[in-house]
Amino acid sequence: MSPSISLTLNGEARDIALDDPRVTLLDLLRERLALPGTKKGCDRGQCGACTVLVNGRRVNSCLTLALTLDGAEITTIEGLAADGTLHPVQEAFIENDAFQCGYCTPGQIMSAVGLIAEGRAGDDPERIREGMSGNICRCVAYHGITLAVQDATRSMTPLKKEDAA
Amino acid sequence: MYNFDFERPKSVADAVKALQTEEAQPLGGGQTLIPTLKQRLAMPSKLVSLAGIDEIKGVCKDDQNRLCIGGGTVHRVIAEKAMSEGFPGLTGLASKIGDPAVRNRGTIGGSLANNDPSACYPAAAMATGATIVTDRREIAADDYFKGLFETALEEGEIITEVKMPIPEASAYMKFEQPASRFPLVGVFVARFSDRVGVGVTGASESGVFRWTEAERALGSDFSADAVKGLSVPADGMISDLHGTAEYRAHLVGVMTRRAVAAAQ
Ligand SMILES: Cc1cc2nc3c(=O)[nH]c(=O)nc-3n(C[C@H](O)[C@H](O)[C@H](O)COP(=O)(O)OP(=O)(O)OC[C@H]3O[C@@H](n4cnc5c(N)ncnc54)[C@H](O)[C@@H]3O)c2cc1C
Ligand code: FES
Ligand code: FES
Repeated sequence: MSPSISLTLNGEARDIALDDPRVTLLDLLRERLALPGTKKGCDRGQCGACTVLVNGRRVNSCLTLALTLDGAEITTIEGLAADGTLHPVQEAFIENDAFQCGYCTPGQIMSAVGLIAEGRAGDDPERIREGMSGNICRCVAYHGITLAVQDATRSMTPLKKEDAA
Repeated sequence: MYNFDFERPKSVADAVKALQTEEAQPLGGGQTLIPTLKQRLAMPSKLVSLAGIDEIKGVCKDDQNRLCIGGGTVHRVIAEKAMSEGFPGLTGLASKIGDPAVRNRGTIGGSLANNDPSACYPAAAMATGATIVTDRREIAADDYFKGLFETALEEGEIITEVKMPIPEASAYMKFEQPASRFPLVGVFVARFSDRVGVGVTGASESGVFRWTEAERALGSDFSADAVKGLSVPADGMISDLHGTAEYRAHLVGVMTRRAVAAAQ
């Protein structure tokens, strides 16, 4: 009997049988579940192109064996837009021209969603750059990426009373 | 990757049993092991995932003022908990390992078992005089690290906990390679009421070491000036494309002084 996992993928419960224990989450998504939005850059944890959220936290899907994810909740770039409306981070990336070729972008966006959820960078550009340091952009769109994360953070975090004055 | 069998035990006891197969190997966060397997540098017959074992996760403080860190605890949780338990020096170390995605999966047990000559935790373990607890015994840090990628661990032995005495003051300073964030040289300085520990990683060809000369000097005067005149010999230091042995030896002094200044 081949081992199997149950997980929630972009809000949908899935039971997945795996005939090979070597399948990473990245290969599972791209090769077996027809979700190629998550990109493969280095395949060894160095570039962040494969970033997805596991239980709300950023991980490199290329370094995660699918079999270790039984019961997990996974969100990929395909799961961000709700009812045809882009996620605020996606909007902000377009607004700020935060990419050129776009290859690193799904990973950047997932990483930004994770960073904003952690709630510790605020809209401080230095903290955002540090918090996004695991995501490499060969086109060096870093300036736009930082602006996009700042914008998205502001639009997603309700203004505190004292800030609004 | 070469093929392997795979097991997902829920307890340490079951994991130890599963590891009795020849060439079986534990899988922690996979942040080191998965790339190694992809490069076909290892060929385990079986991987035993420790990710489902709750009893080796978490951080607490014991009655001897030691931080007790489960072997399966990820770097992010260690960074958070060390801060709230009064050990900010360890937070400084754990919160700068790699990047956020690596810190969400990588574990202290995996790092100490791997004993990469440039890994960060070994410096803290040596400086604080930590105890490595396994499924079968307790090992003092001084007896645990055996050189590059070598430890006192036996075949199939699992790190279940790391007990680190909490210093009165401490800091970790690493001169990092900007791409990987691994230290070219990293120094952890820990001041206790009766002694000072200095752990150096990334520098020596025989792996992490305690700089005892600096420990003595700092023991009587805990200031950056106290170690100003001291140096380690370049002999036996790592030389590679990132830096020569002489450069690393020089960095040991510089990073020690910076760590002491930061711990003041
Ligand atoms: C991009 C990147 C940057 C990094 N930067 C740094 C850095 O700056 N500083 C640093 O110190 N590290 C760094 N690392 C390494 C990281 O800290 C790893 O998480 C760590 O070295 C291994 O932990 P793991 O849980 O992922 O172990 P794994 O990769 O799963 O396992 C590593 C080894 O330990 C064994 N093992 C795992 N858990 C246990 C256990 N509980 N008991 C016994 N044996 C066990 C495995 O069999 C294997 O041999 C980096 C890694 C990456 C990918
Ligand atoms: S593809 Fe996973 S980090 Fe590069
Ligand atoms: S947009 Fe091309 S790699 Fe980032």
